[in-house]
Amino acid sequence: MTAHETLPSRRSRRGGDGRAARPAPRRRQTVGGAIVSLIAELLIIAGAGTGLYVVWTAWWTDVVAVKHQTSLVEHLKQRDTTGTGTEHRGPAPVLAEPPNVTDVFGTMQIPRFGKDYDRPIGEGTDREKVLNTIGLGHYQDTAMPGAEGNFAVAGHRVTYGKPLNQIADLKTGDDIVVRVTDPAKKFDVWYVYKVTDSQIVTPDHIETIAPVPNKPGVEPTAEDRWLTLTACHPMWSAKERYVTHAKLDYWMPASEGTPKELSETPK
Amino acid sequence: MIFPFVWRILPGPTALKVFELLVLLAAIVSVLFTWVFPWIAADILPPPDGTVDVTPTP
Repeated sequence: MTAHETLPSRRSRRGGDGRAARPAPRRRQTVGGAIVSLIAELLIIAGAGTGLYVVWTAWWTDVVAVKHQTSLVEHLKQRDTTGTGTEHRGPAPVLAEPPNVTDVFGTMQIPRFGKDYDRPIGEGTDREKVLNTIGLGHYQDTAMPGAEGNFAVAGHRVTYGKPLNQIADLKTGDDIVVRVTDPAKKFDVWYVYKVTDSQIVTPDHIETIAPVPNKPGVEPTAEDRWLTLTACHPMWSAKERYVTHAKLDYWMPASEGTPKELSETPK
Repeated sequence: MIFPFVWRILPGPTALKVFELLVLLAAIVSVLFTWVFPWIAADILPPPDGTVDVTPTP
């Protein structure tokens, strides 16, 4: 074998150029052994890569997205409001739907998801541009908050900041507080919705976000001011959707105060 | 094969080699996290996005 012949000469060369010869020369490897160890190493690398991918999906996307979403909320420059204002139940002021996908026009707070839960809402449900970055995305051409019809919002249940991670914890009567802010138009209004029901459907059930939920074709009346959240179900799967509906309880200009629901702890 | 080769080409004494190895690993992880994994997630294995749609999204 050539390996047998060359190795001793290499060793002697090394020893001869003045440096100390290695006390324990490398173990000689057969071709078969080399292939086996190469395959083993490739498998280790593949395993480590897959593990890292899981870490990236389940953890790193959250770190990046939450940081970005927090900065988007700050960027809206919503001023702190004080006192509890009047709860208006008549026709609500409604902001015109933003023209561009990714326009951030408001925030959503859900006391059931925790006191600090305050996430931006962007226009559109584009996966890359909105759901993976801004978080909550407003289905284009569905109603805006406060309007007759269905303000429909999608969000990830896992990964990318997982804004709707706890959607299955929502109970009937839970509060969903939306604040729509447009400084240029001096528009700043709270909308308080109450959860009515949840359903689990396959992703083709678009009637869940119809103007009157689950009644496609029916014209909404003044009573039909809905909010619908859609997220994945079960977690980590795309098989079904978890859909939660809520109905407008009241609205309040931010200049008048803060909805009392935000300081209450959900039972 | 690969691992001993990397260990051999890293210059310096053992302590320095360990340090170089850590730097190398950090570089590999940051390349994966910044470019490779986002590309895989977007184009190869799109995760569920939670929307209802006429055409079911994967």
